[in-house]
Amino acid sequence: MKPFEYAAPRTEAEAVGLLAADHVETEVLAGGTDLIGLMKQMVVTPGRLVNVKEIPSMQAISETSDGVVIGAAARLEDMAEHRLLTPFSSIGDAIVGIDSQQWQAQSTLGGELLQRPRCWYFRSGAGLLAANGKRVTEGDGRFHAIFANSGPAKFVNASRLAPALIALGASIRIMSPGKEDAEVQTLPLASLYRTPRDESQRENILSKGQLVTHVLIPHPQSLANATYEVRHGSGPEAPLVAASAALQVQAGLVAKARIVIGQVAPQPWESSEAAESLVGRPIDLVTAEQAGQLAVAAASPLKDNAYKVQLAAVAVKRAILKAAGLPTGGF
Amino acid sequence: MSNKHVISLELNGDAVEFLCEPRQTLLEVLRDILHLTGTKEGCSNGNCGACTVLFNGRPVVSCLVLAMECEDAKIRTIEGVACDGALDEIQNAFLEGAALQCGICTPGFIVQAQALLDENPNPSEDEIRFYLAGNLCRCTGYDKIVRAVQAAAEQRRAATTAG
Ligand code: FES
Ligand code: FES
Repeated sequence: MKPFEYAAPRTEAEAVGLLAADHVETEVLAGGTDLIGLMKQMVVTPGRLVNVKEIPSMQAISETSDGVVIGAAARLEDMAEHRLLTPFSSIGDAIVGIDSQQWQAQSTLGGELLQRPRCWYFRSGAGLLAANGKRVTEGDGRFHAIFANSGPAKFVNASRLAPALIALGASIRIMSPGKEDAEVQTLPLASLYRTPRDESQRENILSKGQLVTHVLIPHPQSLANATYEVRHGSGPEAPLVAASAALQVQAGLVAKARIVIGQVAPQPWESSEAAESLVGRPIDLVTAEQAGQLAVAAASPLKDNAYKVQLAAVAVKRAILKAAGLPTGGF
Repeated sequence: MSNKHVISLELNGDAVEFLCEPRQTLLEVLRDILHLTGTKEGCSNGNCGACTVLFNGRPVVSCLVLAMECEDAKIRTIEGVACDGALDEIQNAFLEGAALQCGICTPGFIVQAQALLDENPNPSEDEIRFYLAGNLCRCTGYDKIVRAVQAAAEQRRAATTAG
C-alpha cells in the first residue's frame, strides 16, 4: 500500500470536512473488505483515509414514523439479526448469501452499497472502463453486463444489497460539504448509481467530500419480499446473477411490484416490464415464469455471457415465488 | 514519509502497545511487529480466512483490517486460545481427529470455530459448514474439520454439564 494519512472522526460533519480537503485524494474507510484489497493492489491510492465506523450516529438501526433508518456504518451481521429488519427478508437473504461470517461481521451497509465493481480488468489496474470496454469485448467477459452494455462500461454493479433495498423503495441520506455547515439531502437509492461514460467518472454520483450516512427503508405495507441468488459455489464471491422482488399482494392479487436484478448491468437493473406483468394477477408458476422472461427480453449479452440471460430469468422467477412463500424449484 | 502512530489494545488478555504506519494491516503487525506468527497469511485479500482473529469478539480477516483501527480493541488470536499451557477442546479435537495436513489454514479455522461455539454451543453440521464457509482448506476436504468441531462442541457441553 502507498502511505496515507488516517483519520477516525466521531461526527458526520467532521468526516465530511476531512473527506472534502482539496489538497489530497480521500477515500471513506468502512468495513475495508473491499477498499483495503484495492489499496494493496494500488488500484485505489488515496492520500487520506477517513474511517467512518466510529461515528456513533452512523452505527445505529432505528425506527422513525417513516420507516427503518440504518446507519451506513451498521455491520451486515447486526442487520441480519435485527428485529426491525425481520419484515425485510430480501435483505436477510442477500446477507446470508455472503457466505463468510468474517465478511458479514466486518462489512458495513454503506461499504456494501458502494463497493467497487469486481470486473477483473478494473481490479488488475486497467481502469474502470478497461480501454473503453475493449478489454472486455475482446477478452473474457463471462461475468460482465448483459444489459446497458453498449457504452464503454461493461462491468456489473457489485452490491448484493442494493437490488433488495431498491425493490423495497429505500432512500439514502447524503451529507455534503457546504459553504458553512455540511448539507444534507435525501435521494432514492437507485439514483446513487450511474453508468460512467469516461474514466473521470465513477459508478456512483458521489462527488468529493460526500458521505452516505444512512439508508431509509419505508415501512412495509405488508410487502412480501425475497432475494434469490444464482451462485457458482459457496464462499464470499459474488453470485452470477441475483434478483430481488417486493410485492404488495391484496386478496391474492398483486397490487404493486418491484423487481430489481443484480450482477447484470453497470447499475442495479430494475425491470418494470416484469413488475407490471404481475399487477392484477396472482403469483404462481406461470406468472412468475412470465415475469422472468419479460425481465430478460431486452438483454444484449456479450460474446461470453449469454448464459447469464437464462440465469437472470430464473432468478427473477424464483425471487417472485420465494417472496410469495411458494416453492422455487431451486435451493 | 514516516508517520508512525502508537496503538494500544488488549491482545489475548494483555495490554499491548506498538508503533505502526497507517498502511500496516493488523495481520502484518501481529506477525512482523509483535512476532505472533500463529495467525497465517494466505491470500491477503479476505478470501481464505487463514488470518482470522477475533476483534471485540467478532471474527474478522486481519489482512483487511488496518492496525490503526484496533486502538482500544480486544483482539484474540490463535495464541490466546490455549488455557494455561493446555490445549483447548477445539485444538485437541483437531489433533485427535487429524483435521489438518499442511496446517496453514488451521489457526484460522480454530479461531473461527471459537467464535461459532461461543455463539452456538450446539451447532448442526449445516451450521458448522455455513459458519466456516469463509475459511478455505486446500488439503483436508473439510469433513475432518467439521467432525473436529462437532467433537469439540460435544466435549465442551459435557464439561459444562459435569462442571
Ligand atoms: S490471508 Fe486474510 S483472508 Fe486470506
Ligand atoms: S490443512 Fe492445508 S490448507 Fe488446510
